[in-house]
Amino acid sequence: MAEARTAKRTVPVPLRFAIVGAIVLLAAVLVLTWDIGPEPGSKGFWLIVRMRSVTVVTILLVAACQGVATVLFHTATGNRILTPSIMGFDALYVLIQTAMAFFLGAQALSATDGVPKVLVQSAVMVAFATLLYGWLFGGRRGSLHVTLLVGLVLGAGFGTLSSFMQRMLIPGDFDILSARLFGNISNSNAEYLPVGYGIVAVILLLVFVRRHRLDVLALGRDTATNLGLNHKREVITTLVIVAVLVSISTTMVGPMTFFGFIVATLAYQLTGSQEHRRVLPFAVLLGAAILLGAYFILHHVFNAAGLVTVIIEFVGGLAFVILLLRKGSM
Amino acid sequence: MISFTDVSKSYGDLRVLGPVTLEIPAGGVTALVGPNGAGKSTLLTIAGRLLDPSTGTASVGGHDVQRTPSRELAKVVSILRQENHFVTRLTVRQLVGFGRFPYSQGRLTAADREAVDAALEFLDLVPLAERYLDELSGGQRQRAYVAMVLAQETDYLLLDEPLNNLDMKHAVAMMKQLRRAADDLGRTIVIVLHDINFAAAYADRVVALRDGRVEHVGTPAEFMVPEVLERVFDTPMQVRTDGDFPLAVYYR
Repeated sequence: MAEARTAKRTVPVPLRFAIVGAIVLLAAVLVLTWDIGPEPGSKGFWLIVRMRSVTVVTILLVAACQGVATVLFHTATGNRILTPSIMGFDALYVLIQTAMAFFLGAQALSATDGVPKVLVQSAVMVAFATLLYGWLFGGRRGSLHVTLLVGLVLGAGFGTLSSFMQRMLIPGDFDILSARLFGNISNSNAEYLPVGYGIVAVILLLVFVRRHRLDVLALGRDTATNLGLNHKREVITTLVIVAVLVSISTTMVGPMTFFGFIVATLAYQLTGSQEHRRVLPFAVLLGAAILLGAYFILHHVFNAAGLVTVIIEFVGGLAFVILLLRKGSM
Repeated sequence: MISFTDVSKSYGDLRVLGPVTLEIPAGGVTALVGPNGAGKSTLLTIAGRLLDPSTGTASVGGHDVQRTPSRELAKVVSILRQENHFVTRLTVRQLVGFGRFPYSQGRLTAADREAVDAALEFLDLVPLAERYLDELSGGQRQRAYVAMVLAQETDYLLLDEPLNNLDMKHAVAMMKQLRRAADDLGRTIVIVLHDINFAAAYADRVVALRDGRVEHVGTPAEFMVPEVLERVFDTPMQVRTDGDFPLAVYYR
């Protein structure tokens, strides 16, 4: 925190927005145009740019989902160390994929690919979240800690169930499955993008309208209630929004545990603010900058695009552990 | 007026409060006192709708606390707990600005800004207005929170041990400011106090609880009598009456 404060005096916050925005633009242009064979301006050039633009557009969507979801999750739970994956979302995604490979064979995974499957998959994840939160937290004795704990236990349960089924898979099927379960930006399919963008646009609008309520929610249950907020309803609404965002991001590129965490943590530090109207846009920009930058370096420089999320998760996990050790407690 | 009708609170088989039937008239400062675990904070948080009673109803200024929408109630009664969820990256002015949320839903108008300035001034927080909460001492932060509920401009103000963490100078200043809020601004203040001498010095009424029940209601002069005090606190007490207000002595 101390470094953040001294840094704050050197670079004003609007300038930071501009810098991160410039990095996003630069990285996007690099990803789109780096090392293209055909002459710039030729037909082949534009064809390749159009193909690569799918990646850029996907990355922007994932950055928006993960950044916003993590910040909102922190606000709703009043804890900045948790990530949405603690609620077992990623584990549920893994379970759905594994169950399909297990019961229908790995071919079913690609055979059923399409917008309906994405919608069904997201609907299952959101329904799971809504039921869990509504039932556990909405009840008379609703407690956030119990809800989180049950989410954690269910997540572990889903994980065990998945690895049990994975053990019994034919090695070939297991190969296909595990390739899918690594978060992979190249996995994404342009066909899903319009649906994804449509849903995320509606959600972001909803979040924008609620930005002041979210600021109040971050003050904690008692203060928020005192200021006239229906705390329980706000928390459940926020968690369902998180569920929708995480499910979209997971369906697009697979599970990511720590990416949202680094983005959110850096956004708090670099904006030096609590206000959602600043933190949320910054988190999205930062997420896009990190993902695009990492993708450019790994894909175009080291030719290892599949590793993007693996490396981001590695760095994010490290940052998580460091922060945990430094704070010494939750 | 704040009224409780057969209010009780139980956790499982353990009843921590009530049944309590009590009326606190509008205006002035009312002190809630009693030994640890007597149910003072429980009673206060029920009136502030932070806790649902197991039985009975509470109403503030004619509004049933459990039935009235939280948003409406936020313009009638404000409550401040002892421990507040600690948010670091907020300035004092921003925190106090949240007190206007019930009216503005986050977009501060010119009138809201005036109310914020008035609350800051009232609690001598103007020099600290742009400081972040994590750069303040515990007592200053406490005052910032009190300024927030003052800016809420509710007729009823419920405070749970606002003198906690305050040294003598700041405790006295806080009580004087609250007294002024009651006298000059016409607020009804209900305050949980640990130190009965503060209650004797500043309150208009004292409500004493013991084992979850109301043991005594009266003026400080009626309350500060050895027999009453000993019944409530189970401790031998002497009362000195040679000063401006009665003083309980119980240290040895």
